Amino acid sequence: MASLKDLKVRIKSVKSTQKITKAMKMVAASKLRRAQESAEAARPFALRMDRVIAGLTAGMAGREDAPRLMTGTGASKVHLLVVMTAERGLCGAFNSSIVRLARSRTLALLAEGKEVKILCVGRKGRDALRRDLGRYIIDTIEMVGVRRIGYVNAETVTDRVLELFAEGAFDVATIFFARFQSAISQVPTAQQVIPLPLAAEGDGSADLGGAIYDYEPEESEILEALLPRNLAVQIFKALLENAASEQGARMSAMDNATRNAGDMINRLTLIYNRSRQAAITKELIEIISGAEAL
Amino acid sequence: MADKLTFELVSPERLILSAEVDMVVVPGTEGDFGVLPGHAPTVATIQPGVIEVYDEGHPVNRLFVRGGFAEVTPAGLTILAEEAMPLADMDRASFEARLAAAEEDVRDAKDDTARAKAEQSAEQLRRVLEILGQN
Repeated sequence: MASLKDLKVRIKSVKSTQKITKAMKMVAASKLRRAQESAEAARPFALRMDRVIAGLTAGMAGREDAPRLMTGTGASKVHLLVVMTAERGLCGAFNSSIVRLARSRTLALLAEGKEVKILCVGRKGRDALRRDLGRYIIDTIEMVGVRRIGYVNAETVTDRVLELFAEGAFDVATIFFARFQSAISQVPTAQQVIPLPLAAEGDGSADLGGAIYDYEPEESEILEALLPRNLAVQIFKALLENAASEQGARMSAMDNATRNAGDMINRLTLIYNRSRQAAITKELIEIISGAEAL
Repeated sequence: MADKLTFELVSPERLILSAEVDMVVVPGTEGDFGVLPGHAPTVATIQPGVIEVYDEGHPVNRLFVRGGFAEVTPAGLTILAEEAMPLADMDRASFEARLAAAEEDVRDAKDDTARAKAEQSAEQLRRVLEILGQN
């Protein structure tokens, strides 16, 4: 049985842990709000980009001069997996669920006899994947010190991906991130970005009232210029969703931790009071039996 | 009744401007073009330059864009810019710093593709400064 003093020390330490988790929860909550705001602010751009791209690709589909970013290399031998995770832990299953999805996809691809290359964005993903899939990781882009994700960060990732594509290092690119559903629910998602998955027929393209677009410069040239941008936008969107998901996951994880710490304090206090009572009773019995013996 | 053009300027980070105006002059890669209400549907890429917004016969707003594309639909004009800000808010010093960094990249470039890329961005920034110098 632990002594009274030991118990007291433990209660105190759990209490200070609880204070920390509570503070982290509140910080995550305010960061979550900010992350959600920037994710929402980015939506109009992505929406319009999708619309224009959908219109353009529909017109270009099947043509021989269609850009390679749209049609791919025609093969699907080498897959690039861009795994986006957080820089920091203590956010529940956030990182591990993304990593798990990426890992199962990697193993499935390897089983099919394909080649896999992994580009990690964020330190946590690299740390987790390095253990068993380390030899497939070709590069890591760290986001340490990025306080608020800007378009520049997405451009950094995009440039790297495009560089690899230009070198012919892969055929198919997929990004892995957590789609933000709500503060308590984030869904790890895989989204193929190269070649561009063709939009469903008549999907959200603008109503031109029967008219067709004039293109300036030419359709194929515009598409050539737009596709890298579209990739950047997709990656930007994924990064923002990821940031919001991370904060949401951290918030609920820290909320749980705070509650667990509370339970633990209650339990320890009960034990503490019981053993204090027991000690007093024991002392009384000793005194009484001592007096009776006389 | 004078028709108005619905003009929206969007950057990846946020919706910068949404207004009803008379005309917008867009710096297209194949030359500047003005968009009036009822313009034919067009998609055009744009180069770094200044967007001029006219309302009631006067220029009301001048905005800098770094590139992106413009989409004209019967509903209006939408410009998707990679980077955009009102000309009045531009800070010359910060662009000079970026140009210096870009020029350094040109010198440090290890191969031709990297150099070409760095030169392109330096060229863009030089244009920006030129535009700023005129105002």
